[in-house]
Amino acid sequence: MATRTTRSGSARPRGSGWELAVWYLMRLTGVGLFVLALAHFIIVHFIYDPALQDANWIAARWSGAAWRTADWLMLTFVVFHAFMGVRTVLHDYTEGRTRMILTLLLYLGALLLFAMGTIGLVTFPDAVKVAS
Amino acid sequence: MLLRYRGSEGMLAWAFHRISGVAIWAFILLHVFDIWLANVNPKLYDDLLVVYGSPLGRVMESLLGAALLYHALNGLRIVIMDFWPAMTRYHKQLWYANWVLFAVIGLPILIQIMAPAFGLQPPFSFGG
Repeated sequence: MATRTTRSGSARPRGSGWELAVWYLMRLTGVGLFVLALAHFIIVHFIYDPALQDANWIAARWSGAAWRTADWLMLTFVVFHAFMGVRTVLHDYTEGRTRMILTLLLYLGALLLFAMGTIGLVTFPDAVKVAS
Repeated sequence: MLLRYRGSEGMLAWAFHRISGVAIWAFILLHVFDIWLANVNPKLYDDLLVVYGSPLGRVMESLLGAALLYHALNGLRIVIMDFWPAMTRYHKQLWYANWVLFAVIGLPILIQIMAPAFGLQPPFSFGG
């Protein structure tokens, strides 16, 4: 049986369902992050210096809805892409009960991080009162 | 292992993709946490910011940028081959093209990030 594989990626899963959806979503979020994450890195590490980005800087950046929305989209993509990527690594080196437990912990970690990121982003004040 | 296993470019591309991916994942854990901290305890966050400005902080920042840029470029190479299988024939050339882009895009960013660690003004200024 000829399976389509590339030298770097994994073969597209056969049939339909969850694993095929994950395969497509990894590529969709990957291309999305190529734009979002690289643009993010250029802005906060090249155009601005992260050493100067205090809480007030973040508050100013997030004072409009546009950046908050873009950053939340990036958060959504990156949590899916990063955790499903680690899942692939995990499944390469574990099996059976260990794999099942660790995968479950990984999913819980992803949900926790997504909740933390979303709450942190949505409730961020428009101005931070820090005497610095 | 990387040098003795005769997997050549394809295997190295895969290994680097995996290593950079796990490294970025680890940074994402830290990064979501620190932005959450900036919200709940802005004073502590501002105090911790000196870590980013330190020379070691800038080296880590550069390594993160390198991991991100490699992973992004090689990821694009994977997507190209997945949806245009004929390109798989040229996977090595695509990988070398990745490294050319990596150097061209990465070098100015590296200089910009590292300059203050040597007491120099960052070469690119954006008037802000």
